[in-house]
Amino acid sequence: MSALEAQRPRAPSWLAGRGFDTAVFAALVLLLWQGAHLWGGEVAMTTPLGTLLFTAKTLASAEFWPHAYATLSAFLIALVIAASSGILIGAVLGFHRLSGEVAEPVLVAIYSIPKVTLYPIILLFFGIGIAAEVAFGALHGIIPVILFTMNAVRNIKPVYIKSARVMRVSGWPLFRTVLLPATLPEVFTGLRVGFSLTLIGTLLSEMFGSKRGIGFVLMQAIGLHNMDVIMSLTFLLVAFAGSVNVLLLAIDHRLHRRA
Amino acid sequence: MSEAHVVLDGVTRVFARAAQEPLHALGPIDLTLKRGEFFAVVGPSGCGKSTLLDAIAGLSVVTDGVVRIDGQAVAGSVPPGVGVVFQDDASFPWLTVEDNIAFGLRRQGVDGAEVARRVADALSLMGLTDFARAYPAQLSGGMRQRVCIARTLVLQPRLILLDEPFGALDQQTRLLMGDELLNLWRKTGATILLITHALDEAAMLSDRVGVMSARPGRFLEIVETRWPRDRDSTIVSSPEFGAAASRLWTLLRAESLKAMQHQARAQTV
Amino acid sequence: MKPATRLRIVVLVAAVAAVELSCRSGVIGAFTMIAPSQMVVSLWELLASGRLHNDIARTLTAVCIAFGGAVTVGALSGAVIHALPRLRRTADPLLAAYYSVPVFVFYPMFIVMLGLNDRPKIMIGFLYAVAAMTINTLNGLDRVSPVLLKTARMFRMGWASTTLSVVLPSAAPYLFTGVKLAIAYSFIGVVGSEFILSTGGLGYQIGFAYHDFNNKTMYALILFILGVVLIVNMSLHAWEKVLMARRGLQ
Repeated sequence: MSALEAQRPRAPSWLAGRGFDTAVFAALVLLLWQGAHLWGGEVAMTTPLGTLLFTAKTLASAEFWPHAYATLSAFLIALVIAASSGILIGAVLGFHRLSGEVAEPVLVAIYSIPKVTLYPIILLFFGIGIAAEVAFGALHGIIPVILFTMNAVRNIKPVYIKSARVMRVSGWPLFRTVLLPATLPEVFTGLRVGFSLTLIGTLLSEMFGSKRGIGFVLMQAIGLHNMDVIMSLTFLLVAFAGSVNVLLLAIDHRLHRRA
Repeated sequence: MSEAHVVLDGVTRVFARAAQEPLHALGPIDLTLKRGEFFAVVGPSGCGKSTLLDAIAGLSVVTDGVVRIDGQAVAGSVPPGVGVVFQDDASFPWLTVEDNIAFGLRRQGVDGAEVARRVADALSLMGLTDFARAYPAQLSGGMRQRVCIARTLVLQPRLILLDEPFGALDQQTRLLMGDELLNLWRKTGATILLITHALDEAAMLSDRVGVMSARPGRFLEIVETRWPRDRDSTIVSSPEFGAAASRLWTLLRAESLKAMQHQARAQTV
Repeated sequence: MKPATRLRIVVLVAAVAAVELSCRSGVIGAFTMIAPSQMVVSLWELLASGRLHNDIARTLTAVCIAFGGAVTVGALSGAVIHALPRLRRTADPLLAAYYSVPVFVFYPMFIVMLGLNDRPKIMIGFLYAVAAMTINTLNGLDRVSPVLLKTARMFRMGWASTTLSVVLPSAAPYLFTGVKLAIAYSFIGVVGSEFILSTGGLGYQIGFAYHDFNNKTMYALILFILGVVLIVNMSLHAWEKVLMARRGLQ
């Protein structure tokens, strides 16, 4: 560093850091939250601390876990279905150009409609219960997985496959060494988006017609005007979705940087 | 002819960098452009050619020294009567070709009939008449660059600064665009400063070629070409052209090697 | 017409015909689904009777408020975040994670806070749409090419005219994408909320018809909402394609 640079007064480095900004942001959110409580009163909003204490109490309670288990199992089954069939369908549509072209606008259209209106139909076909929840969750999650996988396959550069053929690579080694690494980043993005949408689908189905699960408990709490329950469950769900997404985003970025 | 149009006096540019040593990009440079001359600047990549152009155009400030155009110091904004054509496609994609060309005139409040007349002239001069209503996205890179040149020329600038305007074009198109540029230069009598990395382009088009050193960019030598005013791209087959181009390369070779080492070092850091 | 388009129409018509046949032949029972032709007839009767007008107006009003708010707030916050790099550093990861949060889980909280009226569902519609507008505004502003800004300076343009004549038209296709998504998301938020719990609107009527075992009305309503949303989304999508093609994008 030159003398000229060194002489310039600088703010302490922690003030310029990312961690500081995030802390300021978190503090602002807490302040607003507390402020909303002061403004609206105990009925309208539980304080941050109150929410945290009640969340701890909820996590320790016996009633919470069966509902959490119900939501989680429906969600995970839906996710597995959405991911596996989504990748399979997406790969087929990607390799078979015409099918892909035929299907793409339909998929995009389904992606952007309020799918919640279709839930009664799913209920009529599957009946109230885990089957309908799984079906609805998977319906939400499968579309982005298909779309991203299809585009990943379409965008494999032909020169990669040509190079592989020049080196006489084909079959399983071609898949493992060329096709999979070339498509992985985009497919992973699809899975990340699919994860979020499957969660939304599962929760929505529990909120409308269900006798169990966290979505159901949330709706029940409205009738009882139980703000503590609503705030702590909302907090738990947002924290769960947010932290899983941070993890998935980090993997996503790493995969894309390499690609 | 020999009256001074642009005068650079000790122009220097140093970029401050976060957590690194400041980067001395350019200068000090002393240079005088005569009114109506065609001056080309060549130099190895990263030698500050574009920085030099930005400084003359008033698109960036200088750390030290001064740029004077017609005796007026350039300070932080583009002086009137200066037109710039950039390397990247700068046509406005939301406007048709004719609206692109009319853009500057309309901003100056030139009346409609006059705008129409001057745009029609520029269109025919650049061979764009058939594409007046097309959008830039429908044109090739070379034609888009012609739109940008036309858009600058309709304002009748007395000083035209070109920053590698043909950099993205193929060799044949570049030679032909060079001919068009020479035509324009003769017709308008404007002073032209052309930044380029192509030695043949510099040697063929200009009256004088300034050869720059690797960073910090300075003029190693200014080569006079002594071409007749009504030259065109056919001179590239003449022995004089070969001599001029090889003279430029002799000067530049060592500097280009230095620039490559700069880059390699920057990448390993 | 492109072969793929023709084939798509054939496939869709065949699918509807298959459903029609299954319903008519009793493979799918009337308690599960009514035939598509019956849905159309039922919707026609419903619209003609005028019984729906109130709910249509109520839903559309809520969607419009949510959408208007989202576009305004989204565009403004996009512009502010773009102008402040340090704010951007904090905002970017939040925006990236935004749609991983199931926005509907806030609905119960809003009901208790704001009451069981139209405000909670407008809030959900707004929250669903606002991030899409913000993200696309940022995207549009990021893509204003530096050389166009330099060109504006060459034309000796000031801040205001640069914004109006260069930045805005430059970012327009991306802003349009934001607007398109904001409409779709406002619809999803509002109708979804109505469906879960509300006092009126099209989503509410679907839920009501479901609980009432009134399949005729329920399917007519579903057809109506999906029809309206699809027409709006697809026209905007087509328009967007024209805009993008003119720019040579995509």
